[in-house]
Amino acid sequence: MIYNIPYMASAILVIVGLYAVLFKRNLIKIAIGITVLESGVNLFLITLGYRENAVAPIYTNLPEGTSIPEGMTLPVPQALTLTSIVIGVAVLALILSFAVKIYQHYGTLDSREVRRLRE
Amino acid sequence: MNEPSKIVKTIASIIFPFITVYGLYIIVHGHLTPGGGFQGGAITASGIVLLLVAFGSAEIAKKIKESHLSILESIGALSFISLALLGLSATFFYNFLAGSNFIFGRIPPFGSNPGDMNTGGVLPLMNISVGLKVIAGLSAMVLALALFARLKRGRKGVRKK
Amino acid sequence: MNKIAILIAFVIFSCALISTTLILRPFGEPESTDMDDYIIKNAQNETGANNAVTSVVFDYRGFDTLGEATVLFTAVAGVLAVLRRYAHE
Repeated sequence: MIYNIPYMASAILVIVGLYAVLFKRNLIKIAIGITVLESGVNLFLITLGYRENAVAPIYTNLPEGTSIPEGMTLPVPQALTLTSIVIGVAVLALILSFAVKIYQHYGTLDSREVRRLRE
Repeated sequence: MNEPSKIVKTIASIIFPFITVYGLYIIVHGHLTPGGGFQGGAITASGIVLLLVAFGSAEIAKKIKESHLSILESIGALSFISLALLGLSATFFYNFLAGSNFIFGRIPPFGSNPGDMNTGGVLPLMNISVGLKVIAGLSAMVLALALFARLKRGRKGVRKK
Repeated sequence: MNKIAILIAFVIFSCALISTTLILRPFGEPESTDMDDYIIKNAQNETGANNAVTSVVFDYRGFDTLGEATVLFTAVAGVLAVLRRYAHE
């Protein structure tokens, strides 16, 4: 059981992010919760492809004595995590620009008071 | 509080070329060492944001216009798609420069070797175009946020409910 | 009453999440597939690059990178369209 600690860390990050999205009222705190939730998912995706005592799959100046297919970590989950990080940046940029526009229009950032669809 | 002090301006303008060279190094050597287009573009864009924070958005808006950044980003995206379409003789994303003796066409020997810049095929060109796109896109986003927040202070009060 | 229901659902979901991580495969022993062995062995020969991760991102799975570049372009266009200032303000 003690060897599954990275999976448990990513589960704790998802739980903390979900708590911030569900129980907080300020719009900026909800945006921070979304970012922490997405960091937990990225961490889980990249710890799926780790082999014990292995090096990165790059052939420039390899250390001595690494066997070629079995001594390297898997390259495909690392490529998928790169895409996911960039998409997280794009979502966060759009959320923050909408928060700036809402504050300019309503004067407050409380999510209970910005509920009208038409003004 | 309004104007940053002289120490911040001097140190930011000294350290900005080093950040730019480091970011461009990571973009160009993407096929030999860890890195690539997206990572190096984020590093160089953070160097430009450092200048924006140190000097204030009013002075930077005189030098960098948003229309120039938009043109740079479109050039990056169009060159990425045209590099993908040029290998259409076999498939959509075919690596047509690996193995041929045009510019990036050497095949490295199998196993551990010190990296040679001449290898890689169409990969370094794709890295450079994606890096240009990310630099222009991230700088334009932060510049738009800074200029909009500056304008909001001059309005005649916000509407309260 | 509404808050209590949300709290109970949140506690049940978090317990399910933590108990799932105890029965996954042990950390450090992934299932070795044929695709990853083929990519590590033949990435230098077919692509000509020393970096296997970059050759996966741009050559073996270049279509996903095209979609990601489109998402980044759409986000920049959306931010510049929302935060627009006019001359008469």
